[in-house]
Amino acid sequence: MRLARSIRPALLYLGAAAILVWSAAPFIWQFSTSFQLDRALMAATPTFWPAPFTLQHYLNVFTVKHFQYYVLNSVIVASATTLFCLAFGSLAAFALARLRIYPRFGILGLILSVSMFPQIAIVGPLYLVASDLGLLDTYTGLVITYLALGLPLVTWVLFGYFDTLPRELDEAARIDGVGPIGLLLRVILPLSLPGLVTTGLLAFIAAWNEFMFALAFTSSIAHQTIPVGIANFTNLYYVPWGDIAAASVVVTVPLIALVLVFQRHIIEGLTQGAIRE
Amino acid sequence: MTPGVSVAAGAGAVPRSHRRRGVPTAWLLLLPLIVSLASVSVYPILDGLWLSFTNTSLVTQEHAFVGFANYATLLADPQFWNAWRHTVVFTAVSTLLETLIGLGMALVLFEPFIGRGAVRAAMLVPWAMPTVVTSKLFGWLFDGQHGVINWLLLSLGLIRHNVNWYGSVDNAFATIVMADVWKTAPFMALLLLAGLQTIPATLIEASRIDGARAWEAFWYVRLPLLWPTLLIAGMFRALDAFRIFDLVYVLTGGGPADSTETLSTLSYKVLFSALQFGYGSTLSTAMFVTEAVIAAGFGLFIMRQMRRRA
Repeated sequence: MRLARSIRPALLYLGAAAILVWSAAPFIWQFSTSFQLDRALMAATPTFWPAPFTLQHYLNVFTVKHFQYYVLNSVIVASATTLFCLAFGSLAAFALARLRIYPRFGILGLILSVSMFPQIAIVGPLYLVASDLGLLDTYTGLVITYLALGLPLVTWVLFGYFDTLPRELDEAARIDGVGPIGLLLRVILPLSLPGLVTTGLLAFIAAWNEFMFALAFTSSIAHQTIPVGIANFTNLYYVPWGDIAAASVVVTVPLIALVLVFQRHIIEGLTQGAIRE
Repeated sequence: MTPGVSVAAGAGAVPRSHRRRGVPTAWLLLLPLIVSLASVSVYPILDGLWLSFTNTSLVTQEHAFVGFANYATLLADPQFWNAWRHTVVFTAVSTLLETLIGLGMALVLFEPFIGRGAVRAAMLVPWAMPTVVTSKLFGWLFDGQHGVINWLLLSLGLIRHNVNWYGSVDNAFATIVMADVWKTAPFMALLLLAGLQTIPATLIEASRIDGARAWEAFWYVRLPLLWPTLLIAGMFRALDAFRIFDLVYVLTGGGPADSTETLSTLSYKVLFSALQFGYGSTLSTAMFVTEAVIAAGFGLFIMRQMRRRA
């Protein structure tokens, strides 16, 4: 019994260390790789601390591969997607959470079930439509697509936030002669700011990381997003692991920073669907 | 379970004025979402269903109704069954591993220890990273010549020669599974942790007072109470795993020798490399149907479990 009592904390810390290594080590290795010379990367024994230190790979990424264009495209597409998702999503979530509508949960369920469609099943037909409308290789085509992909989750999470605000607010707004739109804009949205940040972040990450539609719909560096850029990062004769690592660091570090800042909200937002009983 | 949450609180408490004017307004506010989902999700699904009965090809410019011809081809297509098998096995194995490892991680994270916040934060890293980056990361870690994994295993004496991971027919599939488990297990753990935290501490306390050992408290108290969360998280994970595309497409492209081809990558190639939109749609529709069956199976199972409990 006493033995067990002293082993337990040791096991706990061992487990915690394992989880930490699991989650962080691969990316830290990628980070280290991005600062190493090709010579060091191809050596029989890997070097963990970059020595000699080099910024050559970052230089390659921006001057040879013109990575800044992909970054710009991704920033534009993901930001526009996030804005539209929040606008459409909060209107819908407000209608479902605070207005009289029937069947409330039937509609919510329907919206969620749409998000279950496998994306490969819509990419072909959507490509034909985009081609007819001249939306291939445009920001608009991608944003319209990502908006629909993101809306079900955004609406669901925002619904959760709106639904928990006290009902007295609606009554007070009514007495003050404020209509539904005023209630949404002046009362509900300002009170749901943390929810908007979380959902916005989720929508942004989803659009930032999306690959298949971007691959199918865009064909030039003028509109291709980062994932497509990185996927195409190969040289003729060898794989430029250092350059790939540098590009990975450039796209992942801002994301990780955002996620770490908002981690509590993200976990809350994401678990809401699965856990609420 | 989830959408059944607060019907009473929601429906009963709507102020009267909104009740009168609210109905048309509510639908008006839903309109942008309805237009978006109808045109970008529902219409393409139906159009895909239609296309699956045609011989539409962007190469030959044909576009004629062919009945069930594509489906007949599909049933006799070894490439389809190969991809179907890979996808189903991948879904089962990766979901199972992710749930088990996630549960283990969640149990560790549930206990208080110094630095718990930092560990929890680090666990979001694999999830937040673009899947394309994960593919490249695993491509580098598991590189056959210079990969650090081979170096580690060699140093530990676990292997004698460098292993060709994703470049060989024998190991490529396993490498894909490992990459997916790496990316998703921590996230699964965070979901399950949230589930664990809803279990009243008094129950565990009570079982301890009754003399239950730690594993007994886990097996008889925590696990049954966590079961709904496990099932639902598992279902969402399985549905997601079934669509696997990015990881395979970037790491192996479905190769070597089709050993990692999945339904999504095969459909994508038929659609956008062969430009056969008819047959490609048949493939993706078949995939949609398989996924719907999985979802329905899970849904029924979850409902039965809930009912038995209620």
